[in-house]
Amino acid sequence: MTRTFLGMPTTAPRGVGHLREGEPFPAAARRGLADPQLRRNLRHATTTIRAKSGAVIAEVPDWQQLRAAGSAVKADTMARLPELLEQLEAAVTAAGGTVHWAVDAVEANRIVTGLVRAAGADRVMKVKSMATQEIGLNEALEAVGIEPVETDLAELIVQLGRDKPSHILVPAIHRNRAEIREIFLREMPDVDPGLTDEPAVLAAAARRHLRETFLSTRVAVSGANFAVAETGTLAVVESEGNGRMCLTLPETLITVMGIEKVVPTWRDLEVFLQLLPRASTGERMNPYTSMWTGVTPGDGPQAFHLVLLDNGRSAVLADEVGRQALHCIRCSACLNVCPVYERTGGHAYGSVYPGPIGAVLSPQLTGVADNASLPYASSLCGACYDACPVMIDIPSILVHLRAEAPHPRAEAAAMAAAAYTMDHPALYAAAQRAAKLSRLAGPRGRGLPPPLSGWTASRDLPEPPPQTFRQWWAQR
Amino acid sequence: MRIALFVTCLADTLFPEAARATVRLLERLGHEVVFPEDQTCCGQMHVNTGYPDEALRLVRRHVRVFAPFEVVVAPSGSCVGSVRHQHAMVARRAGDERLASRAEEIGRRTYELSELLVDVLRVTDVGAYFPHRVTYHPTCHSLRMLRVGDKPLRLLRAVRGLELAELPEAEQCCGFGGTFAVKNADTSTAMLADKMRNVLATRADVCAAGDASCLMHIGGGLSRLRAGVRTVHLAEILASTEDEDRAGKQARREVRS
Ligand code: SF4
Repeated sequence: MTRTFLGMPTTAPRGVGHLREGEPFPAAARRGLADPQLRRNLRHATTTIRAKSGAVIAEVPDWQQLRAAGSAVKADTMARLPELLEQLEAAVTAAGGTVHWAVDAVEANRIVTGLVRAAGADRVMKVKSMATQEIGLNEALEAVGIEPVETDLAELIVQLGRDKPSHILVPAIHRNRAEIREIFLREMPDVDPGLTDEPAVLAAAARRHLRETFLSTRVAVSGANFAVAETGTLAVVESEGNGRMCLTLPETLITVMGIEKVVPTWRDLEVFLQLLPRASTGERMNPYTSMWTGVTPGDGPQAFHLVLLDNGRSAVLADEVGRQALHCIRCSACLNVCPVYERTGGHAYGSVYPGPIGAVLSPQLTGVADNASLPYASSLCGACYDACPVMIDIPSILVHLRAEAPHPRAEAAAMAAAAYTMDHPALYAAAQRAAKLSRLAGPRGRGLPPPLSGWTASRDLPEPPPQTFRQWWAQR
Repeated sequence: MRIALFVTCLADTLFPEAARATVRLLERLGHEVVFPEDQTCCGQMHVNTGYPDEALRLVRRHVRVFAPFEVVVAPSGSCVGSVRHQHAMVARRAGDERLASRAEEIGRRTYELSELLVDVLRVTDVGAYFPHRVTYHPTCHSLRMLRVGDKPLRLLRAVRGLELAELPEAEQCCGFGGTFAVKNADTSTAMLADKMRNVLATRADVCAAGDASCLMHIGGGLSRLRAGVRTVHLAEILASTEDEDRAGKQARREVRS
């Protein structure tokens, strides 16, 4: 077993899991931008969630104080994370659970597959979980002959469609009803061939498909929304109830949890259980909140394993500005308000964490060089910061990470030259005159070379005025 | 009041009319405007593109140039945001605590135009006349970094002859974002398209904003569309008066005859 916080914090390993972009964001974004159906689906979905969420947030008179409280609890948690994790470990162990420490995705996958094999199972049912998506657990299980079955409806759609999730909360947000019907007809063995694309009919088909799995599978794998250090209690919140089936029916329950999900006390949960549903699904309360502490003889799973996952989180924690990203409670509010996400879709971000939080979290977990275009995948409009229920200053982290990203040499030279010129008013005035005289740009800037041609592909540059302000002032 | 003008590099070079209007307006309201000529740029582009170390010399210059003034105004929400929120960050990053606290002080006395008028000079009716149908784009940085709220709209509502048209999805970003418009040109263009659609839906003949960069972006798009909608800086609207309008018309008549 490896303990976290020993030695140098390392970033998430390559070749396993889903945190790295296959190609730079601008190129990947082009596919989403060119798909009008996807953009309609996304615009419709995000506008609906935004309106719902806005309405229920407006009902809470102390929303801003709640946000501040959530932010304060998280800051306190991060400041004493090692201590809280040890407290959690002791409490879980005392309650009859077993705690495993996984330094990265490779180790976490090894631990989980080992536990499933030891339980003698060749199939596991899964509760929707970002952590297991992050480490590529399904692929690791399949590689050793274990079949993972996703039980969250949207996650199931993604799994059956051999697709990738594109949203934290609604992984199949990019699919419409007709596409889902197609997938079910193709992939569900006993599905009614007369299946329609009514949401209720589709949900019922998924339920029938899953029922047999629920009743016959002995091992379940979940993530966790929260873990309470003082009592060793784990919590999962969800809307469908399928998660609760997984958490209560099997004999063995394995939970994979990012180390940042711990909260100090039971009372701290109160804050997040108010913030999370309103910010994320626009509900006042989560329909299903499941909590469990170790094992209870004769009731629920009789073996419980908690895998504490680092996978780059210690490295994030070591960065004073960036560590705020670990405050994230995965509500997805920032995705739903982000104008970039709305137009490109989640696949453009190349990681299981899309949208604004993905743009700051993924490059930190992998090291900025491995996701260098993501910090630039934002216009810095700040809508994410306003929406975030725990007040993560995403724009500031983006700017901070840009400073650490590798820079194109020509850009760096141009930036240095511009700064030098702007620090010398005489040179600066000369440059202003030169810009006007040379008219290199051609009429309305249409003749600019790449990368500036990106601007003039769709917009005109203003005609340079006959006189700069400072010339006018000097003559006045 | 004696007010120092931070013109911003963009207004100085490409949109001097916005800066001249700021001067005209403040002088008409009885204030003295000074223009410290050693100023250049706030370094926002450098910081936002990932070059805070290059921006440091610009922060030092800005602090040196504007330290002597009690009140500073800039006709740009994002540049005020940069001065108020980024300068201290750049200084701290470089380990210069003294510079950071001086930058913070200057940040506290640097205002975007609508803030200066409403909060400091306590005026919402500046005596302007602008007989056009106008829609207002609030700009992300004014809205979210500075929290100017409805101050620009209050100023516009007091302008005689002006018909204010509400902009649908006003708070959505226009997609400029500095180098974002170049680095992610396709996404930026998609955002701009929606902004223009909303501007056109208002049937306004003028789209106004308090930030030259957003105006350059929206204006550049509208110009390419030949949409017939002008982009105008808030300062230019507030600086217009009935006298000027009459003089302008008179001059045009004389030219024609
Ligand atoms: S960053 Fe904030 S808004 Fe975005 S998913 Fe995390 S908690 Fe939600």
